[in-house]
Amino acid sequence: MTKAHIQASRTPAEIVEMPASARVVPISQGRKPMVEISKLYKSYGPIEVLKGCDLVVERGEVVVICGPSGSGKSTLIKCVNGLERFDRGALAVDGVAVGDRASDMTSLRARIGMVFQHFELYPHLTVLQNICLAQVHVLKRSKVEAQAKARALLARVGLPDKEGAYPAQLSGGQQQRVAIARALAMDPVAMLFDEPTSALDPEMIGEVLAVMLELARDGMTMIVVTHEMGFARKAADRVVFMDKGAIVETASTQQFFDEPRAERAKLFLSRILSQ
Amino acid sequence: MTGLDFGVIQRALPFLLEGLALSFFLTAVAMLGGVILGLGLAVIRLSRWKALSILAAGYVNGFRAIPLVLVIFWFYFLVPLALGRSVSALQSVVIAFVLFEAAYYSEIFRAGLQSIRPGQWQAAYACGLGYFQTLRLVVLPQALRNMLPLMITQAVVLFQDTSLVYVISLRDFMTSASIVANRDNRLIETYLFAALVYFVICSIGAASASRLSARWRPA
Amino acid sequence: MNYSWNWSILIQPPYLGWLASGLELTLVISISAWILALIAGTLVGVVGTLPHRIPRMLAATYVDMFRNIPLLLQLFLWFFVVPELLPSRWGFWLKRDLPFPELWTSMLALGLFTSARVAVQVGSGITAVSSGQRMAAVASGMSPAQTYRLVLLPQAFRIVLPPLTSDFLTVFKNSALALTIGVFELTAQSRQIESFTFQGFEAFTAATIVYLVIALLVTFFMRTLERRVALPDTMGAAS
Ligand SMILES: Nc1ncnc2c1ncn2[C@@H]1O[C@H](COP(=O)(O)OP(=O)(O)OP(=O)(O)O)[C@@H](O)[C@H]1O
Ligand SMILES: [Mg+2]
Repeated sequence: MTKAHIQASRTPAEIVEMPASARVVPISQGRKPMVEISKLYKSYGPIEVLKGCDLVVERGEVVVICGPSGSGKSTLIKCVNGLERFDRGALAVDGVAVGDRASDMTSLRARIGMVFQHFELYPHLTVLQNICLAQVHVLKRSKVEAQAKARALLARVGLPDKEGAYPAQLSGGQQQRVAIARALAMDPVAMLFDEPTSALDPEMIGEVLAVMLELARDGMTMIVVTHEMGFARKAADRVVFMDKGAIVETASTQQFFDEPRAERAKLFLSRILSQ
Repeated sequence: MTGLDFGVIQRALPFLLEGLALSFFLTAVAMLGGVILGLGLAVIRLSRWKALSILAAGYVNGFRAIPLVLVIFWFYFLVPLALGRSVSALQSVVIAFVLFEAAYYSEIFRAGLQSIRPGQWQAAYACGLGYFQTLRLVVLPQALRNMLPLMITQAVVLFQDTSLVYVISLRDFMTSASIVANRDNRLIETYLFAALVYFVICSIGAASASRLSARWRPA
Repeated sequence: MNYSWNWSILIQPPYLGWLASGLELTLVISISAWILALIAGTLVGVVGTLPHRIPRMLAATYVDMFRNIPLLLQLFLWFFVVPELLPSRWGFWLKRDLPFPELWTSMLALGLFTSARVAVQVGSGITAVSSGQRMAAVASGMSPAQTYRLVLLPQAFRIVLPPLTSDFLTVFKNSALALTIGVFELTAQSRQIESFTFQGFEAFTAATIVYLVIALLVTFFMRTLERRVALPDTMGAAS
């Protein structure tokens, strides 16, 4: 029985109350980790943005990446699905070597969902069309099948009545929930989030985090760049702290919050928690 | 025909250069006249005098809706009739180009003037400047910065458009090239050379327009 | 100014027929040139926004070539020069066997000339679509062709529709140049009526009015199109 089945019997209140450590994290059962990053380097011209990053994300694991602005968080997760090239190092996702000419990046990208800071819904398409577009044109699903999937996901993110709306007619929080549904429609094996709530008005952050939290509890592998420490505490298995292009601390969530080792992480945490 | 002979260009060069001089002359006169008249049209169009403003709009939109060739024919026919005596093709063409270009330059001026915030007008009025003083001393100097690249781009278009005087056989560069091409039966060489000359001149104009707009954008 | 007016000339045969056939040629040349310009211009505009340097340079060269040579000269190059430069069999076919060569040449020359302008518009439209849109499409596994067709171009076209109106109008005006290689379109016919009847005022007025009506119709058509494809207004969204 999968974790999703177990979760389904719980009430929402129980889910929110349950600490992250109570979840069963499936340790790799003889399979390769979902994401394996080793010694990753990248420069924009003379500026070195990633300076030898190492990170392994297991299947079903939720990793939160935080760190000051310009530290290379976005660059790192964009490397994971090949949106950015890297100069040196190795990166494998779901057993596929990223950056290798022989790898089929298109089908890998179709299996990795990505959620952006500014939503990036397609403004010329309705909500339903947004969720169906890649299903139909990349996965070659029939229109009927794609729409059924889209409607089910819209219900799951709490927007069952918005399928005919255009993105501009939705609030930021609603748009981001549609964007999550759009990514989930591809049946991804992992999800990447790049500051999914930092463009939102404060009152809308909660609704997006709730959707993400539920996703984490369902066992989705997630890499989340965020400064929402409340979310990290509740959902993350591990927290990664980046500074100036390097991963300066990787710790279990509990350890990160209770006793961060890196000086810079301590400083960063105290600043963010005091806000 | 066997082999190309670019010697024909060398032999006809003085004749072609004379044509080129006329092309430049036409461009310069049409631009000067067009800018002055165009500024007047733009000011009238943005003014409070409703009737005049509508007339100016009609002038601009009318000229912008019809082909330049037709305008050239119109004035070639109309100017002698209006003056009651025969006039040279050059005179009628100069009038046609000035009036035609005025319509296009007035649109550039209108956009340029509208790009200046109303606060600038109010600030100048508050200092006691009059309408035309404000226009001349405050608004135009600012608008000119935004408009200069567009005005140069329009001059490049105009320089190309002067080739249309071919339809009334006025000897600009284009007409001269076609005369040489047919007289010496060297169409390929002559037209390719003409294309090169136009290309080089227009590229220089286009490049300076884009340099200006790139340099001035942050201002 | 002594001039004997005779407006009835415009409705007399054969002059009315001349104007009608002139209008027909003007419309045929302009509309086919516009279709060619949209297709070629979109292609070049897309090539100009590809992430590699070489295709971008090729697109820029294409645009410069067609923009920096007068249309009249381009017409002559296509009509007099290109057939001579082609392999002789093709050249002969163009010169001898192709019916209405001046008509085809006008459409081609005007279409390609206009395509450079369309390419600039489409290119700037694509650039105006935020880079995040391209990223979102690529991240969902779309190919570059799908990214352009499904995500970038539909947005770019909406952005460039208003400026394209003026290029569409210009095609009709520029089609008058076809008279220089012997196409009897509207302007040529009005000139011919003038030289046959000396009623230049009436003949040129007729042509002018027809061009004004075309301009009004084109503007109306494009405004309608803009309204048809317009997206619903923003209602307090964050982006
Ligand atoms: N396309 C680019 N060209 C040049 N430099 C870039 C580019 N994209 C990012 N950078 C630089 O790379 C560094 C890392 O950028 P990145 O976006 O990964 O940081 P980040 O940690 O996501 O920051 P933020 O919290 O502001 O999103 C920054 O110094 C940034 O200026
Ligand atoms: Mg970032």
